[in-house]
Amino acid sequence: MTPAVAFQKTSRHFGAVRAVDAVDLEIKPGEFFAMLGPSGSGKTTCLRLIAGFEQPTSGSISIFGERAEGVPPYRRNVNTVFQDYALFPHLNVLDNVAYGLMVRGMGKDERHRAAEDALKLVQLPGYGSRKPGQLSGGQRQRVALARALVNKPKVLLLDEPLGALDLKLRESMQEELKQLQKALGITFVFVTHDQGEALSMADRVAVFNDGRIMQVGAPEDIYQRPASRFVADFVGSSNVLPPDFVQRYAGQRRWGSLRPEQIRVGRDKSGDGVAARVLSRHYLGAATKLALDADGLRLHATVPAGASLPDDGEHVMLSFNRDQLHLMEEQA
Amino acid sequence: MSVQAVTGATDVAAAILPKRGGFAGSLSDLLWRRPGLLLFLMLAPPLLWLGVVYIGSLIALLAQSFFSIDEFSGLISRELTLKTYGDLFQAANLDIIVRTVTMAALVTLASAVVAFPIAYYAARYARGKWKALFYLGVMLPLWSSYLVKIYAWKLILAKEGILTWLFAKLHLSWLLDSWLSLPVVGGNSLSVSFTGTFIVFVYVWLPFMILPIQAALERVPGNLVEASSDLGASPGQTFRNVLFPLALPGIVAGSIFTFSLTLGDYIIPQIIGTSRLFIGQAVYAQQGTAGNIPLAAAFTVVPIVIMGFYLWGAKRMGAFDAL
Repeated sequence: MTPAVAFQKTSRHFGAVRAVDAVDLEIKPGEFFAMLGPSGSGKTTCLRLIAGFEQPTSGSISIFGERAEGVPPYRRNVNTVFQDYALFPHLNVLDNVAYGLMVRGMGKDERHRAAEDALKLVQLPGYGSRKPGQLSGGQRQRVALARALVNKPKVLLLDEPLGALDLKLRESMQEELKQLQKALGITFVFVTHDQGEALSMADRVAVFNDGRIMQVGAPEDIYQRPASRFVADFVGSSNVLPPDFVQRYAGQRRWGSLRPEQIRVGRDKSGDGVAARVLSRHYLGAATKLALDADGLRLHATVPAGASLPDDGEHVMLSFNRDQLHLMEEQA
Repeated sequence: MSVQAVTGATDVAAAILPKRGGFAGSLSDLLWRRPGLLLFLMLAPPLLWLGVVYIGSLIALLAQSFFSIDEFSGLISRELTLKTYGDLFQAANLDIIVRTVTMAALVTLASAVVAFPIAYYAARYARGKWKALFYLGVMLPLWSSYLVKIYAWKLILAKEGILTWLFAKLHLSWLLDSWLSLPVVGGNSLSVSFTGTFIVFVYVWLPFMILPIQAALERVPGNLVEASSDLGASPGQTFRNVLFPLALPGIVAGSIFTFSLTLGDYIIPQIIGTSRLFIGQAVYAQQGTAGNIPLAAAFTVVPIVIMGFYLWGAKRMGAFDAL
């Protein structure tokens, strides 16, 4: 099957800065694909390469099998939802949504009808006559989404679209976006630095660092089997275990990772396990997260609500199933 | 810093600091408590200056235009009449008005066309020292005397000037000659034609058009241009649908400068151009040699009225909506 987007050894350098460095990537049609990474990791530049705002320094980009280098953004059937929405302040909501159809020469009645339908799709029917300045952040986000979707793009690019929304709105938008993507079947490429967002929404996730892809896989793969220390550290709050430690328990000199919820905290100091001291406690509602010091090694463990909770400074004994200790590909 | 050092410092200091001594200290406290007073102190001098001196003399001028001159004695009759305004509609005076307004409109249009690309470059591409260079390039001509620049242009545009020489070198003398042989815009040389007047007006007022457009374009977020392109608009469509409407307040602001400055100027057409008068020259002649202050005042009212209509039209067009 032709990939929706394919990068082959694609680089984008700005002078000495390698924003994107020899990236190979294939995004499947109809997939909800997330690009995850810290700021400056190259994920947004990758998105801009697909949109056509940036041209690769070397390597190639294909969109549904067609080479896209040198093709200006206005000739790509790809639309973007910008981070700060980029709505036209001088046009009302309806004309904003109908903009793409207008520049393609569609008649006024027809494009306004299509725009009204798109506004219904994002649950903003009847908002057409307002100016963007009169809308809330969440409503603007929906207008930006409608403005992109009304053109029926082959690929929809979303650049941290939920970043400016408050937590509650963000959660409901995550759900809506996911459902919309399923219903429309359009390929979504979603850039975010929020690992929770990437893992909960995407079919597959690419983790970026320093202009390179560290790992691509399903959210469970990324979460449970991180390939490198960076991925383990960045995706969720996994405990990264040094080779010496891992050798003691798994017999191999490799970096390892262990999820906080896989560590059991015992208050009985006579038992078998890793001795540690409680540094601080963070109440999370369903659980309490403990910051621990195990002979110089900083660890996190979660204790479910209701279980007996050690005090700050208390010495505890940690235990875990050895087969839950994940060995990373990265060499020691 | 240790925790002790921080708490130690707060132990010594009181929660409320003592009054600062002296007149300045109590003045600061007073102005802080009465912000209205500060505003009054800051605004009173300029308001007195503008309100009394400027508006006052403007009203005195307007009043003069309702007086008339006795044609035999040359004395001013202080009876209120519209006779002087009637004089404005004499063919010779109407010519002056039409000529000036046409010139002002053409100068404004040309300034906008020339200024836009410069302003666009400065607002969207120039960074660091290039931006400094842009400001310097735009402002530098404003630092030198207006008269020096106009006389320099007279030399450039003269029959023996550099422009004639350049056209000859490029074997384009026929082009210049055929332009100069055209009625109205032509003449013996560029320096004694309306074309010359037009060129110098555009040159002198250009900074007043560039700066407001640049300021307007600077406020257009770059991602709007990207968004337009992303949605399928060609660069031309992006200009028409996004850039131009958003730059319009700047263009209107700039055009207010170029239009009104051209309407009122009397030096440029006197040094460069034909012997036919512009409003500014007419005012100058009427209040000076002719001694007809009422007619001079009536002429002065013309640009004010025209600018009033211009602003009203611009507002109706929605030019200030994006402000």
